[in-house]
Amino acid sequence: MAISRRKFLTSIGAVIGAGTTGALTKAYGATKTHFNGYPDSFGVLHDITRCIGCRKCEQACNEVNKLNKPERPFDDLKVLDQKRRTGEAAYTVVNKFSGTPDVFAKKQCNHCQEPACASACFVKALKKDKTGAVVYDESLCVGCRYCMVACPFNIPAYTYNDPLSPKVTKCTLCLPRIMEGKLPGCVESCPKEALIFGKRKDLVKIAWKRITDNPGHYLEHVYGEHEMGGTSWLYLSRVPFEKVDMREDLGTTPAPELTSGALGTVPIVVGLWPVLLTGVYAISKRKEKIADEERKEAVQNATDLATTEMNKQLSQLKTKMTKEKDAAVKSEIKKALDAAAKKTAEEAQAAEKPPVTKDAADDDTGNEEE
Amino acid sequence: MTKEKTIAEKQLFTPFNVITGIILLVGVIITILRFTRGIGAVTNLDNNNPWGIWIGFDLLCGVALAAGGYVTSSACYVFGLKKYHSAVRPAILTAFLGYALVVFALHYDVGRPWRLPYPIFLSPGTSSLLFEVGLCVFLYLTVLFIEWTPAAFEWLGFKTIRAWVLRLTLVLTIFGVVLSTLHQSSLGALFQIAPSKLHPLWYSGYLHVYFFISSMFAGMSMVIFEGTLAHKWLHDKMDETHLAEADGVVLGFGKAASFVMMGYVGIKLIGIAVDNNWHYLTTGWGLWFLVELIGFVLFPAILYGMGSREKNTTFIRIAAFWTILGIILNRLNISVIAFNWHLPSADRYVPSFLEVGTTIFIVTVGVVVYKFIATRMPILYEHPEYKEHH
Amino acid sequence: MEFFTLHDFMTYSKGITYLIMGAILVFMPIYWLYLTDRDD
Repeated sequence: MAISRRKFLTSIGAVIGAGTTGALTKAYGATKTHFNGYPDSFGVLHDITRCIGCRKCEQACNEVNKLNKPERPFDDLKVLDQKRRTGEAAYTVVNKFSGTPDVFAKKQCNHCQEPACASACFVKALKKDKTGAVVYDESLCVGCRYCMVACPFNIPAYTYNDPLSPKVTKCTLCLPRIMEGKLPGCVESCPKEALIFGKRKDLVKIAWKRITDNPGHYLEHVYGEHEMGGTSWLYLSRVPFEKVDMREDLGTTPAPELTSGALGTVPIVVGLWPVLLTGVYAISKRKEKIADEERKEAVQNATDLATTEMNKQLSQLKTKMTKEKDAAVKSEIKKALDAAAKKTAEEAQAAEKPPVTKDAADDDTGNEEE
Repeated sequence: MTKEKTIAEKQLFTPFNVITGIILLVGVIITILRFTRGIGAVTNLDNNNPWGIWIGFDLLCGVALAAGGYVTSSACYVFGLKKYHSAVRPAILTAFLGYALVVFALHYDVGRPWRLPYPIFLSPGTSSLLFEVGLCVFLYLTVLFIEWTPAAFEWLGFKTIRAWVLRLTLVLTIFGVVLSTLHQSSLGALFQIAPSKLHPLWYSGYLHVYFFISSMFAGMSMVIFEGTLAHKWLHDKMDETHLAEADGVVLGFGKAASFVMMGYVGIKLIGIAVDNNWHYLTTGWGLWFLVELIGFVLFPAILYGMGSREKNTTFIRIAAFWTILGIILNRLNISVIAFNWHLPSADRYVPSFLEVGTTIFIVTVGVVVYKFIATRMPILYEHPEYKEHH
Repeated sequence: MEFFTLHDFMTYSKGITYLIMGAILVFMPIYWLYLTDRDD
């Protein structure tokens, strides 16, 4: 069974690629890939079909947390004509959704299993407690408000008008009261048992039991069971959750997982960039050095070549000049000999004639010696 | 007597000084308001819109546009491209002041700025990308400060310590690239925690990659843009080397920016494909997205390319300014425009005048300090006593 | 050491990771010097 080399290499590459991608996106441990939350954490089940919009929960919350009294009293139900969100002095609000009949739903911090706010907080001012409450520590908070950006439910509020000690505000799940064995203020005050407090895992069972025991009465969905990785506040409704301002497009991915990919690349950059960049530097320095050496060598070669060429030309010139000198000498000798011969001939002729004025031809032609 | 007075007045009341003086004065007033009456008195921030232009512009754009520091210094010292040498000091100065101003601006935006050391020294929230941003910015500001000190030492005449600091150049440059990669990308990753709030065309699992890559051409464009301004207003402070190398820097960065921007367009398209978000392109938001990607990335990239091929520095300088506008548009889109796109228009955020005023004030402080340093210290010229052999 | 939430796990593991990053940034330059000390 021969597998082509290309196929083999491709499959190796795919495995490495998948492994790396896997490492980058699921950068949270090979041993434990699933977290189940604190086993005995508490939660609240809000049965929207039972809510009548009386706002007693809002009032109780306000009193228990000793918040500023609002402008309009809690029994003013006209307030429900406007949609409200949680605010500085309103850890929880009830909103009315018109229809036949009107539907009312309470909104507050959902105390998520994997809180986006805690994941976002860069100073650990928000923490998921083992009781299930997501707790805010005012003494650490710097006021960056990233938690407000992160919260998919738009719950945290901020005291923008406090110049020196502004803080984030949200439902506390009445943690102090829970620790004393009491119920959260809102749960205790609800006249219609639209709010039930208990262990989250029990509440999930109760919720599904209600759905199956009352076919057609509820939507077959427990909101908060899986949304954003699960929340401690669970909701039952008859109408679609979008209709009561509860987003159904949040997905089930917990917030920490949304950023774990980017966060996972951070240490790899720190580990690899210095190596790669130093490598680039070393290579560029090496190339520079080689270029320098090549340049020097080229200059050297050129110089050598020039010197050789020059020497060659010089010796050629020397030879030529020696030849010329010899030739000149020869010609001078010949001239001298000719002149001497001529003189002798002239003298011989003159011996038979009367003396004439001598014209001493100076045959010093004066060779240019080197 | 009157002559001296006239000269003194002439030096003090220049148009530049008057305008910046007014802005600085207004800025001081806003500062007082901010710290006596709270963030709410000065901004339009609310519980649905916790981040406004102080984060969207001052922080995000400030950091992106200060990227010239790591790009230029790595081009020169890591990649060995000596022709960028004269551009390094101005780029480092811009980056140093840019990041210092980002930290300065942060003091206005966070509720308790005196607690800014907490995440690093007291209670690190290591699961948070903002922790990573904070740590990196803090370290990088330190690196930039050290990289800037040789210029100051030359001005002050501290020869020995200057020489010692210069030996750290390569290490600091590499460390600077590492830190820049991290915080440029993490600023983008910040928004990955809120997929339900950012419009799908801008939201991506690749946001951190997009921010890092775009910081590269943001930095290069700023170097070109500032060089253009400095050439106009600080020409007499430039030495021969600087002037001679200037065009080479423009042409080189123009070509590089063009190429990187093309790559960026490609990975943006990949991001849309991976999430199968093509259908959003035919909506109103889609049109706006295309204005940003095509109008303010692709088009300037092409102009950069043309300028590079034809050795036309004017094209490149125009493309640089255009690209900078595109970067600002992108960061604002992600932080305040396409963020909370779901909310009804009554709940959407618009900056207040005082918020804008604060931003103008902070930028002005930067310009004033830059001018002070560049006119006195060897940034645009080499100090005659310390001429480097390269 | 049991982690009940992903967030707790990530806070812990990232904390260690940051420490390792710091160590890398200290060690690598030193090691580089060791490698290149005897270069001409």
